[in-house]
Amino acid sequence: MDVNEYLGLFLDESQEHIQSINTQLLKLEQSGGADVVQEIFRSAHTLKGMSSTMGYERVANLTHEMESALDLVRGGKKESNQLLLDTMFIAMEQMEDMIADIESGGQGANVDVSETVAAFQSFIGGKEVAVEKTSETSTFEIDLYTNSVIEQAKQTGFEAYQITVKLSDAVVLKAARAYMVFDRLQELGEVVSTHPETEEIEQEQFDLSFDVLFLSQETKEVIEHAIAQVSEVERVEVNAFTETAVSEPEVAVTAETIAPEPVVQATSDKEEAKDTKEQVAAQAQAKTIRVNLERIDRLMNLFEEFIIDRGRLERLADEVGQPELNETVEKIKRGTNELQSLVLTLRMMPIEQVFNRFPRMVRSVAKEIHKKVQLDISGAETELDRTVIDEIGDPLVHLIRNAIDHGIERPEVRLQAGKPEQGMLALRAYHGGNRVFIEIEDDGAGINVDKVRSKALERGVITDEEATTMSENELAMLIFAPGFSTADVVTDLSGRGVGLDVVKNKIESLGGVVSLETVAGQGTKFQVSLPLTLSIISAMLVQVGDESYAIPLTSILETTLLDEADILTAHRERVFDFRGQLVPLVYLKEMFGIESETKTQFPVVVVRKGNKLVGVVVNDLIGQQEIVMKPLGTYLEGIPAISGATILGDGRVALIVDSNDLF
Amino acid sequence: MEQKWVVFSLEENTYGIDVQSVRSIERLQPITRVPNAPSHVKGVINLRGVVTPVIDLRLRLGYEEIEPTDETRILIASLNQGDAGFIVDRANEVVESDEVRIEPIPESSRDMLSAHLTAIAKGEDKLFSLLDANALFEEQYAE
Repeated sequence: MDVNEYLGLFLDESQEHIQSINTQLLKLEQSGGADVVQEIFRSAHTLKGMSSTMGYERVANLTHEMESALDLVRGGKKESNQLLLDTMFIAMEQMEDMIADIESGGQGANVDVSETVAAFQSFIGGKEVAVEKTSETSTFEIDLYTNSVIEQAKQTGFEAYQITVKLSDAVVLKAARAYMVFDRLQELGEVVSTHPETEEIEQEQFDLSFDVLFLSQETKEVIEHAIAQVSEVERVEVNAFTETAVSEPEVAVTAETIAPEPVVQATSDKEEAKDTKEQVAAQAQAKTIRVNLERIDRLMNLFEEFIIDRGRLERLADEVGQPELNETVEKIKRGTNELQSLVLTLRMMPIEQVFNRFPRMVRSVAKEIHKKVQLDISGAETELDRTVIDEIGDPLVHLIRNAIDHGIERPEVRLQAGKPEQGMLALRAYHGGNRVFIEIEDDGAGINVDKVRSKALERGVITDEEATTMSENELAMLIFAPGFSTADVVTDLSGRGVGLDVVKNKIESLGGVVSLETVAGQGTKFQVSLPLTLSIISAMLVQVGDESYAIPLTSILETTLLDEADILTAHRERVFDFRGQLVPLVYLKEMFGIESETKTQFPVVVVRKGNKLVGVVVNDLIGQQEIVMKPLGTYLEGIPAISGATILGDGRVALIVDSNDLF
Repeated sequence: MEQKWVVFSLEENTYGIDVQSVRSIERLQPITRVPNAPSHVKGVINLRGVVTPVIDLRLRLGYEEIEPTDETRILIASLNQGDAGFIVDRANEVVESDEVRIEPIPESSRDMLSAHLTAIAKGEDKLFSLLDANALFEEQYAE
């Protein structure tokens, strides 16, 4: 089978399952619970199945051992312990590495898993056969309703039976045979429930045997006889069903002691059926399909062109001034508006995907360097562009490691400082304007600005003069300068030769900005702001001289008219009174070197960044418009205060003002 | 492999650029100035929906800036970092390699500006310098 076609799917799903296991493992460690074990088991099982189909033996091997160990825990045969948990955490790390290797073209054989496998095996122990639970017995989960049905039936002379039907190995049409069995049974009484579910049996989603919970006035022998007559039925067992029968079969079966291999096989097959069932259930909540990113990009591009043409059409319709044409254009406009908001959400994914791996990471990093850290995640549902999601993981890992390593103090130091022993690390994501903000805040020691200053001087990052004139915040930001590290002891974490400058570069390459706030003794907050990559935005078009610029609407607070006489000067800066607040003015014509006459009254676009405001002085407001953001290209990267370009309805290019640069 | 060059002029001088890297030759169209960009960058144009940077090759190669004429063209080249346009005085012709002989640049004329030249092509009634279009853009960072 050509597996390449499925590789993308395999990688995506593997990562999802690994993440899910990690999340559940943490849950298991904190609170335990049978459903959690079940959840992990399910993911491990799926991973095993997928990887062996794809031919990644080592991955399959590791997950197989993990699955076997979990099966014991889930069957109540063994207690989960810290050693098993740790082994599973390690296994997941190794899995991640192997999946990463596969992603980069390898065979997933880059990690030596033998120790982990051995650890699982020693947990499983030698008594595998004895403790293994056979799947031949089914347990009907009797809910209250079924129970009352049985009770009532019994009162009216019915008997409840548990029937196990095994079809012969040579059976061709399993579902047809099963159907015939049901047909016979219905003549004799009433089928209450089946295991697997009736639908699954109809879809042949069962091994060779299935169980029926059956109500009948007939005797056991009659029923047995009736079913045995269906061809290709190898064996029928009819037993009286009592409530105790629910928990008993284990005993009955251990006595049978079947060879270990088929048992494992049967268990997994049954599990498969259950998997499908649960997947169906999950899909019912949110039906999703996987779509190649390329297709979505093509759709976006086509749509962008369409939006531009729509702009042209609107302009033409205006010129023609024919009412019917205007009406139609108006309809198209409304339709495309809706379409647009839909298209834009296609590439968006919750940042959960990235955040999910952090709890485990924080746990292991904290353990490694003997610190106590409580991670608090909020806003995991915040959506971001898929490309950004793929890239932002590593920089965040770095910042989090940094916070644990350098920010949060050792427990004894914290106690001395009157803080709780356990450090708090908050990870937050939220939308703000057309950006997404991710914050990493710790309640640690804060950045020692004096130490940063002397280190920076020592390493020649800044000059003596700079050292005295720089603000505390500017100094703190120096930790992002190339080759900077303030750790007293070079720990395993920090001494890896990768500085925070790499983080900064990466974030900037994604169009993001990183900033920090720090208070000595109280902690540090890193803030990463990223573009949503909403490529179609609402903007205010403004005119300065004979040039037009677009200012994204999301950053605009409001527009106002200002008289020359209203301009004040404070600290050599031109400001104006905006509702009792003094707001600095920025003249676009000066900033962009545009020749234009000065008017005595002019519009001011008030833009905000956080809670700071700036008034942008322009010549004219052209109006509000939907624009398609286009990159300026590599050659013109880094032009100050310009974030991109757009094509206007008349085909001309207008530049988009990055109002964040005006502050 | 047979090579071809698009030959264009700046004042009296002719230059050639590999036809493989030329996507199209456009008439002059409205250029949107990009503030605070290097002076030889005239701005950006809308090239069939793609915002494409345009540089004035006259300024880039140290000629005087002139008013555009009817013959002024924008040569759209496909470069390592994406497409870019070059404003030239006139696009002349496409020359095939069997029409010319390729010779190294004479030692004497090696100066700052010839850093973007790779060779000289000489034919019966032609003489033009071969231009490395990528170098024209990349060196902008070194300045």
